[in-house]
Amino acid sequence: MSGDGVVEDLLRRSAPLVLGALVRRHGRFDLCEDAVQEALLAAAGAWPRHGLPAEPVAWLIAVAGRRLIDMLRSDHARRLREDTVAGDPSAHRLAPAADDELLHPAVDDTLELLLLCTHPALSEPSRIALTLRAVGGLTTAEIARAFLVPEPTMAQRISRAKATIGAAGASFTRSDDDRDERLTAALHVLYVVFTEGHTATAGPALTRLDLTAEALRLTRELHRLLPDDGEIAGLLALMLLVDARREARTGPDGRLVPLAEQDRRRWAHDAIAEAVDLLERTLSTAALGPYQLQAAIAAVHAEAAGDADTDWRQIALLYGMLERRSDNPVVTLNRAVAVGMADGPARGLAVLDSVADDPRLRRSHRPDAVRAHLLERLGDHAGAREHYQRAARAALNQPEKRYLEERAAGAAGFTGAPRG
Amino acid sequence: MKYLLIIQMNPVTWESLSEAERDEIAGGQEAFMETITASGEMVATHALADPSQSAVVRGRPGASTVTDGPFLEAKEYMGGFYLVDCESVERAHELAAMIPGTQHLPVEVRPVIYSA
Repeated sequence: MSGDGVVEDLLRRSAPLVLGALVRRHGRFDLCEDAVQEALLAAAGAWPRHGLPAEPVAWLIAVAGRRLIDMLRSDHARRLREDTVAGDPSAHRLAPAADDELLHPAVDDTLELLLLCTHPALSEPSRIALTLRAVGGLTTAEIARAFLVPEPTMAQRISRAKATIGAAGASFTRSDDDRDERLTAALHVLYVVFTEGHTATAGPALTRLDLTAEALRLTRELHRLLPDDGEIAGLLALMLLVDARREARTGPDGRLVPLAEQDRRRWAHDAIAEAVDLLERTLSTAALGPYQLQAAIAAVHAEAAGDADTDWRQIALLYGMLERRSDNPVVTLNRAVAVGMADGPARGLAVLDSVADDPRLRRSHRPDAVRAHLLERLGDHAGAREHYQRAARAALNQPEKRYLEERAAGAAGFTGAPRG
Repeated sequence: MKYLLIIQMNPVTWESLSEAERDEIAGGQEAFMETITASGEMVATHALADPSQSAVVRGRPGASTVTDGPFLEAKEYMGGFYLVDCESVERAHELAAMIPGTQHLPVEVRPVIYSA
């Protein structure tokens, strides 16, 4: 890691600690977040040139705290001008606050911040943007680049999100009624960020922020804070297992290599071992949930020596358990593939037919892709070709589209012998 | 997810509108832009010239020909577009419905699958 990389990493890790300390002391999430962002930018300018301060977190809290006091003062003055009622209760907060207790926070509020960022009033893109900035310590410019939107668009999305939760009186003193739901929403945000990084279709990869790594880092952090939560551990294991296949998943020139054809020697076996270990500990102690089941499925794939050795019956069973826990037709599509492998394509097609009319799949390319795959294994090449072509037309991801077009061409005549 | 909201221009329809109706459609775009900018969903917007200004390029690099647009006879053409980044396809439809003038000039909503 270069010198700049060290500073960047330190700033990202410090961001939620600094913001947490300020919000705990002052409330006013929106102003605190602005103040922290300014302190991070100041540090990013100063530290690489003058060296790291002895206590980086305390340095950031002091700088952000001073900035916040300025903001509160001008906000207070503005309110006094607008509203001449004396005795504003927020006035007592204007005293300088850079005392030892503030500079060295005794509690880690990262989790509280994460839950704040998944406020129910926010749209999903806003939750994602706010989480990456407030908890991930990323700059608006970095987030905008990662999602390929103009920086003013992302800035506006973030400031509106902050205003929304600011208006809702966001501080750490809210009731805990919806804590479980918020945690579920936070896991979903991390999962979406991971998936975005995993299936990134756009832009030169080298200039984009590694969203996969960011999602993994934040999920790891969350697991550190709540080690006994089975779903957090499950999500972490799932990310590790999917990410372990990163190198093998794309061939030369960005071509998608399907699981069955991947060179398993290129999988990251240390990450797989970590995930399996995590999963084994979790499955024996915590309540079972969808992320753990998805991770368990990924682990069955990871532990097979080759595609032919995959325990498809076990995978079909796990998809069945997942199906009973979530109302998502995509899970049934996946089970159709697994059943097709375990019990033959005709049985897979029967499972597929059970969800074929689900309106939620109307625009999806997945049912056609699964049908094409099963027909191909049945030996119906004309049918396979037709459904691969339909799937390719509907796919919303460029590498996947290309892969499906290639399958359609491959299904045209020659037998269904596995390629690669 | 990004969506292109494509405004389908139809010159016959456009000519049949009163000046007040045309002003309402053209002038109303400003307010729509403000709305999607404030919500953090605006990526870009462009209005396109009439297809009479189109040229079509065919062939290989170094051996291509340029002709007038073949779309002059088309009843409808892309008059302009908004590129938005929003939560869901339902939200994209909702945004499209907010574009002034959809009762005369329909808007096509299409997902973007590659950006750079």
